Amino acid sequence: MSELTTKTAAELAAAVSTGEISAAEVTRAHLDRIAAVDDRVKAFLHVNPEDALAQARDVDRRRAAGEPLGALAGVPVAVKDLFTTVGAPATCGSKILEGWYPPYESTVTRRLRDAGAVLIGKTNMDEFAMGSSTENSGFGPSHNPWNLAKVPGGSSGGSAAAVAAYEAPLALGTDTGGSIRQPAAVCGIVGVKPTYGGNSRYGVVAFASSLDTPGPFGRTVLDAALLHEAMSGHDPCDSTSIDAPVPPVVEAARHGDVAGLRIGIVSEFSGDGYQPGVMTRFTEAVELLESLGAKVTEISCPHFKYALPAYYLIAPSEVSSNLARFDGMRYGLRTGGGSAEEVMAATRAAGFGAEVKRRIMLGTYALSSGYYDAYYGKAQQVRTLIIRDFDNAFSQVDVLISPPTPTTAFDIGERADDPMAMYLADLCTIPSNLAGNAAISVPIGLAPEDGLPTGLQVMAPPLADDRLYRVAAAVEAAFTERWGHPLLTEAKGLVTA
Amino acid sequence: MPITRDEVAHLARLSRLALSDEELDHLAPQLDQIIASVAQVQEVAADGIEPTTHATGLTNVFRADEPVSCLTPEQALSGAPAVELQRFKVPRILVEE
Amino acid sequence: MTVTYEEALQKYEPVFGLETHVELGTLTKMFCGCITTFGAEPNTHTCPVCLGLPGSLPVVNERAIEYTIKIGLALNCSIAAWCRFARKNYFYPDMPKNFQISQYDEPLCTDGYLDVGIGGKTVRVGIERVHLEEDTGKSLHVGGATGRIQGAEYSLVDYNRAGIPLVEIVTKPVPGTRFLAPEVAKAYVTELRDVLRSLDVSDVRMEEGSMRCDVNTSISLIGSATWGTRTETKNVNSLRSVERAVRSEIERQAWVLDEGGRVIQETRHFHEDSGVTTSGRSKEEAQDYRYFPEPDLVPVAPDADWVESIRASLPELPSARRARLIDSWSLSELDFEALRNAGALEAVEATVAAGASPADARKWWLGELARRANDAGLEVSELPITPADVARIAALVAAGTLNDQLARQVIEGVLDGEGTPDEVVAARGLAVVSDDSALLAAVDEAIAANPDVVARIRDGKVQAAGVLVGAVMKATRGQADAARVKDLILERLA
Repeated sequence: MSELTTKTAAELAAAVSTGEISAAEVTRAHLDRIAAVDDRVKAFLHVNPEDALAQARDVDRRRAAGEPLGALAGVPVAVKDLFTTVGAPATCGSKILEGWYPPYESTVTRRLRDAGAVLIGKTNMDEFAMGSSTENSGFGPSHNPWNLAKVPGGSSGGSAAAVAAYEAPLALGTDTGGSIRQPAAVCGIVGVKPTYGGNSRYGVVAFASSLDTPGPFGRTVLDAALLHEAMSGHDPCDSTSIDAPVPPVVEAARHGDVAGLRIGIVSEFSGDGYQPGVMTRFTEAVELLESLGAKVTEISCPHFKYALPAYYLIAPSEVSSNLARFDGMRYGLRTGGGSAEEVMAATRAAGFGAEVKRRIMLGTYALSSGYYDAYYGKAQQVRTLIIRDFDNAFSQVDVLISPPTPTTAFDIGERADDPMAMYLADLCTIPSNLAGNAAISVPIGLAPEDGLPTGLQVMAPPLADDRLYRVAAAVEAAFTERWGHPLLTEAKGLVTA
Repeated sequence: MPITRDEVAHLARLSRLALSDEELDHLAPQLDQIIASVAQVQEVAADGIEPTTHATGLTNVFRADEPVSCLTPEQALSGAPAVELQRFKVPRILVEE
Repeated sequence: MTVTYEEALQKYEPVFGLETHVELGTLTKMFCGCITTFGAEPNTHTCPVCLGLPGSLPVVNERAIEYTIKIGLALNCSIAAWCRFARKNYFYPDMPKNFQISQYDEPLCTDGYLDVGIGGKTVRVGIERVHLEEDTGKSLHVGGATGRIQGAEYSLVDYNRAGIPLVEIVTKPVPGTRFLAPEVAKAYVTELRDVLRSLDVSDVRMEEGSMRCDVNTSISLIGSATWGTRTETKNVNSLRSVERAVRSEIERQAWVLDEGGRVIQETRHFHEDSGVTTSGRSKEEAQDYRYFPEPDLVPVAPDADWVESIRASLPELPSARRARLIDSWSLSELDFEALRNAGALEAVEATVAAGASPADARKWWLGELARRANDAGLEVSELPITPADVARIAALVAAGTLNDQLARQVIEGVLDGEGTPDEVVAARGLAVVSDDSALLAAVDEAIAANPDVVARIRDGKVQAAGVLVGAVMKATRGQADAARVKDLILERLA
């Protein structure tokens, strides 16, 4: 494995901008790495080496011509296949969109291109972002670089695996119920769900519109911050995007500090169902934070226990409507014969996987006349109560913490046909999605019983994303010092090429 | 309140999903279990609580009535399974709306 | 069908309601920057948003909100302080997302009214709501005999129209109109159209589809405490069809009830050619649209200042204008209605502004011009003659240069594109001959050619002069002032 692939995005960006290395070299090194390991990791659905090298060569040309370079110039970024990128397919992990080439670019990827990033490939995901393992992908699951028999988390599992396997230093994901934070935690990397509305959803195929949040993956807190800053900001093409300056996340990532910070442990996120090793590491992290000068207390958020059922009403309701457009009439798969109605039904039955079908029907049920008030309507009221719990908590503390997910990576196949068990992976992450808060998962060590990574989730009020980075950077620095090396170097799962 | 296999079949029809009998046999009990679980929200006392549809609190987001360049017909039709006369060709529609 | 309208009304009371969809005349679509056009090449005005491509998002066109508030104010509605868009979910190929962004239980405008004049009286039609939504694409159905869905082999969809802002105006049910139900329905749509035109928010052309009406009709036994089951009639594409559709449904429902049957709650399709409705989709199983607030859009909360500035910008509405014109032109209500029903109000007003008297302007527009428009199948306003032209012609008649018969020929010339009234007069040599000496030649000829008539005149039968006048008029191709000719004849024979 080339040294270039172990460098951070920050290091690569600096080296490219001074001309110390060429963007083409960087991209070639990562393409080689992908070729060497992706047959086992299966992080990527589409890689177009020619296209990636062309992007890189363009960066080199601009640097040679003395043109100004963007903050991520020459840095490879893996892109979840949920984003529309011109010139590459966007399957959303689904057979129903197999072979679809979007005729327009998402705002977020356009911003990354403007920043000089090299979009190196589209990554695997649970179908239409529904799942916690990539096992719901229409094209087979991705594998956790720590242990190839384990899941990389989901739905942005491909992106997390790519970063953890050194196939790219940065990756884009989306987080609707935890789909960035949970994969980050089980892959031992950093993943962030920015404030909802903090970056644009234009060109991000919709799962649950009021919850979907594009966000960054990186191996370090600073790397995640660099990507966060480059992708974020108001977009007039997205009515739900916030017209406010991007919080100073890079600045915060460079100055990790928790002295005097008031930190609240969510008391509801522990106990039964939480893997002991996860709690052990979490407790250690709490002790670390206290030793760094934070004031840690316990805070109860009594309605958080209803977050999971509320989410599994709101998200399916929105997705049942969002996915109605996939009917074989205008793009994507068309199968079956007879009338338009018959072709639509046959196409959707053939093109969608089981989890998608379950959630579509659940959403249809929850929105039906006669059921709306008791299900969807009630869930939206619970959402209000959860927001109030957060408001109450944040009036007492600056950030909240919890494990990001109750267990380490589970086996591929273990929960695949047990939806309820699968849903439990999102227990700790969902409340932030319902409230639109910012949240991060940062690696804090390996669970003793299985040697698999576990993380610390930090949650902050909306638009206080920088606070996350300040805490995470402090944690990362302290732990890395304690370990003597970055956590990922302990990953035994991949034979290094 | 449990959901029957027939009701699940009805939901499938409403959602334009032509599920096979095997699929129905498999999905119906799972759906029943999930519905029973999400019904927990009904335990929450929420009288007088406003529902939240948007966390951001934004209102009045508009665009000006000015043209923006659009797709060419080739781009618009680029993914279409069938095209005729520069239109999307779709199978015969049974019921008029 | 053996029930006549009159028979039906002996037994039953009709109640009707109207749902009118109006395409707004904004430059761009409701949720994207594509241009709204009519008649462009298919799929040339689409983008990811109005095509509903995966990942696309809607953004509200501010002018569409402004126009909708304008319409609500003109219809005396309350404007919501806060409202939302909602998704109406159903599968149909001309809807790219398989849901329509519309409004459900939070419309922008509610609870207004429109006063409609009929037979000299005023009927107040209640307005339930005015809300905003997006239009669908358009399908061509190929392979069937009639071009309709029934029997088609496949359909071809054009999304140019998808996303055009559509305002839906729903009346409250209108009872108590008895025999006049069809006329009131038509008058409501006419008045609504005039209001919308005066607001300049839509070109409201029913024949182009920028204004579409669905008519709801029910009947119940006279004296009954409850209303009957109502049907919805679609494909009502002209003002005349509104009237015919209401009438035909009343007859049909009366027949069904008289035969001991039950009126089925359903959607019916109106046929222009036969004037009757046929059964369409059954509404017994009401469609569940699973409405929920649109998560990709944020609420609309028009502030009071904005609403008031829109109110201040409202033009003179038809009802105010009607009062003003009735007063300044000394018209009766019926006179005014005749003008309004002929679609001649603007033309007459403009003609008066160009210098003609109200009486002259009305005479020409309601007379000769209305007749010619009818023959050509056009609206009076579509004739290729301007109010300035008509005012000029009236002035020429008043000055004696033209008589009525000559004026009609000038009108014909202008309509045929021969030029302005003066140009036509000159080119065709249509001026009344006012030179006596020129007339005298014709007078003498007529006298010489009709000795027996001359004898009768000399005998005291002055009326016989009419024959000679006719001969002179014929000889001068009508270009003489008949009264002057008669004077000259009598002078000659004196």
